[in-house]
Amino acid sequence: MISANLSAIFYLISGVLFILALRGLSSPETSRQGNFFGILGMLIAITVTLLSIGNFSTGFLYLLIFLLIGGSIGAFIAFKIPMTAMPELVAGFHSLVGLAAVFVAISAFLNPEIFNLGSTGAIKIASLIEMSLGASIGAITFTGSIIAFLKLRGIMSGSPITFVGQHLVNLLLGLSIIVIIFYLCKLQSEHLFWGIIVISLLVGILLIIPIGGADMPVVISMLNSYSGWAAAGIGFTLENTALIITGALVGSSGAILSYIMCKGMNRSFFSVILGGFGASEQSSGLKTKDQRPVKSGNADDAAFLMKNASSVIIVPGYGMAVAQAQHALREMVDTLKKNDIKVSYAIHPVAGRMPGHMNVLLAEANVPYDEVFELDEINNDFANADVAFVIGANDVTNPVAKSDPQSPIYGMPVLDVEKCKSVLFVKRSLSPGYAGIDNELFYKENTLMLFDDAKKMTEEITKNL
Amino acid sequence: MEIDPFIFRLSIFILSIFVGYYVVWSVTPSLHTPLMSVTNAISSVIIVGAIIAALAGSSENIFDKANIFGYMAIVLAAVNIFGGFLVTQRMLAMYKKKKKDKK
Repeated sequence: MISANLSAIFYLISGVLFILALRGLSSPETSRQGNFFGILGMLIAITVTLLSIGNFSTGFLYLLIFLLIGGSIGAFIAFKIPMTAMPELVAGFHSLVGLAAVFVAISAFLNPEIFNLGSTGAIKIASLIEMSLGASIGAITFTGSIIAFLKLRGIMSGSPITFVGQHLVNLLLGLSIIVIIFYLCKLQSEHLFWGIIVISLLVGILLIIPIGGADMPVVISMLNSYSGWAAAGIGFTLENTALIITGALVGSSGAILSYIMCKGMNRSFFSVILGGFGASEQSSGLKTKDQRPVKSGNADDAAFLMKNASSVIIVPGYGMAVAQAQHALREMVDTLKKNDIKVSYAIHPVAGRMPGHMNVLLAEANVPYDEVFELDEINNDFANADVAFVIGANDVTNPVAKSDPQSPIYGMPVLDVEKCKSVLFVKRSLSPGYAGIDNELFYKENTLMLFDDAKKMTEEITKNL
Repeated sequence: MEIDPFIFRLSIFILSIFVGYYVVWSVTPSLHTPLMSVTNAISSVIIVGAIIAALAGSSENIFDKANIFGYMAIVLAAVNIFGGFLVTQRMLAMYKKKKKDKK
């Protein structure tokens, strides 16, 4: 048994270690050390909790068993999961944090004595509000993440599901949660508490179904943020500094990532949340659907172009992940480098289905991270490069975003691919990208379309080099 | 007059948001995916609440309404802690620099 003051100090230490864990991610060199700090912080928090309870009877044994069960499931998933499935893994993990927050809030409501929150039927008002908020945000995170998971996994269609009065329903449900919390404080009724959880579960579903597949980077970041606020809510209930600090860190981290993703698409956070993008919008580009000439070529032509280049910029996108072409791509680049051709990678902030998704895939394929550049770092280099190799990206290269104010993606930062001497565009067909608009790049004089599966085409090119 | 301890916790909360804000902006964009998985892992520190819920009650029966939610939360949080940290470790191990001697 250790004193409450001592354990509070240790919780503070683990909170600081979590800050250091995030701090480590400022560069790949310090990141592994950061992760170690995170693990250490978690160990301290768990040990201190066990010591402060001081109950090492049968319950403790059960605890170890449950910890082991959960731990081995987690470890198994962590080792088995392919890197392309990272977005759905993170969404799945968010749902677990959400549900855990709900469970802890329920326990706190049912047993307020053990948490020092008063007694059943007479819980302190402040604690009631805190645990209701924690449970509510946790429940929203839980069902919202499950919908996101299903959409990312492809079990559920990625297209937005909308119905009339959707926003009104969401608003009313949100307001009703607040009203119920108010009455819960007055009446302390268990039914009201369950009511909050059920309505919140529903809100989580309704909130995510109208959001389309390519807005998933925002959704994942947003749910990341929610899981943090849920943890912070529980932290206030339990009067635990480690949880409060962590909740605040995670909450602001997710919020910043959402902001970066929205900026990458030039869309306001609210327009993403309100959803429906990609389903209803009819752009000016689609109406003029005349057959315009495109130049298409085969692997041989592409190999010839690249062999005679002195610098090549690769632009990967979600299509590369779908085709699992990252390893084939890396082999192609190796061959290019043997011919003394300078190769770099250009990554758009919203390439892929979650923040930094492309970077992880390239890292998995052994691409050194100092060859991979962000939009701001590399955009000026396109003008001096000989070949741009676009593989699985589309909307993020569309020059319309700079030229046509009518376009739905106008103002979105795009990679200046068209400034390259020649552009190789690997794509299955001429179909428009997620935004539903034609890519002007297809019809440019210096663009050569390579119609094939990304992986097959890349392998073909390597053979021809 | 004494200050309510709630105010101290609120202060910690607000200051942590600011710390988080500045720390996360300094995270390099190429590590945003590991950032998400590690924030996921650390938010599982909610296991602290789960452990209290499971162990501090008077009942020793794990299927008692008093304890069962705590134990269930322990399993969920444990999946996240191990899964989150290990998958982060796995990702970070892949980030390598260009080998200078090879050329």
